[in-house]
Amino acid sequence: MHFRGPRQGAALAIVLALSGLAGADNGTQSTEMGAYARGALVYERCAACHALDTDRTGPRHCGLIGRRAGSVPGFAYSPAMRRSKMVWTEANLDRFLKSPVTTIPGTAMGYDGIKDDRERHDLIVYLREASREAKCQALLTNTGKPIK
Amino acid sequence: MSLLITPEFSPVIPRRSFLARSGLLLTGTAVALLSGREALAAKSGKGAESDLRILNTALGAELEAIAAYQVGAESGLLQKPVLDLAVTFQGHHKQHAELLSTTIMKLGGHPVSAKDKYSFPVDTLKNQTDVLRFAASLEKGAVSAYLGAIPIFGNRDLAKAAGSILGDEAMHWAILRNAVGDTPVPEAFVS
Repeated sequence: MHFRGPRQGAALAIVLALSGLAGADNGTQSTEMGAYARGALVYERCAACHALDTDRTGPRHCGLIGRRAGSVPGFAYSPAMRRSKMVWTEANLDRFLKSPVTTIPGTAMGYDGIKDDRERHDLIVYLREASREAKCQALLTNTGKPIK
Repeated sequence: MSLLITPEFSPVIPRRSFLARSGLLLTGTAVALLSGREALAAKSGKGAESDLRILNTALGAELEAIAAYQVGAESGLLQKPVLDLAVTFQGHHKQHAELLSTTIMKLGGHPVSAKDKYSFPVDTLKNQTDVLRFAASLEKGAVSAYLGAIPIFGNRDLAKAAGSILGDEAMHWAILRNAVGDTPVPEAFVS
């Protein structure tokens, strides 16, 4: 694994401070910062189809945690995803990321999954915290759904 | 920025040959992969439906990659020979898209079309390095996507074809990394 440089580290500290993690004890903060940085690298695997703030081949990820599956306005989901009635809790996201095609059969996300438990955890930490970053907040504010 | 592509990494295809190859002509390998699956057209069932979904998602990503390279090529930020390199890679993605589209039709499916509009982070692309790093990020993602698709194809011939595309896009990724001064192949495994 590679970790990002000082600039990314400073930005991460700001994100974590804004998200309340700065109030956590040093051990917890350090662990979460590590998870965020590792999760950002795992997220690079998603870049062919996904971005945080724009819909691409797959839907945007800003505000993913807590969102109902298949609910980004204007995105052409598979019928299976639209009908899944799943809410992207961290637990559900963990299950889906481990094996998308068995968790929601018929999903357009034809991907075997991330089998490593820690990688999925780190990715979910990244997705959760990235939604608190300025570009996600701006997008979500414009759509009336800021992340608290 | 300085031109980071050294002569040994410059496009090696002569212009005349490049032009002949950069259209939608399928290479011999691609044609062979496709013709080996002619009999698939008659197959149906859950596995075939799943394969069609995977192929169409891959096609959607390829069409987006073509559009991304077009944005890069028209940005005015790429200088030769980097511009030629980008156009060459775009030509590969066109060939991938053509193969995927043809295969989807042979399997009885309906290939997705390119979107009318794509959203790329153009406001963050200020120079040639930015464009190349963005392209590299897409290629890396494409490698991961094909790697994740290969194990779940019901038909192993399709998995083989996906592996062929993965190999090509991994080469794109490595050359783009090299062009911006990063280690071309940072690790022994891709994920």
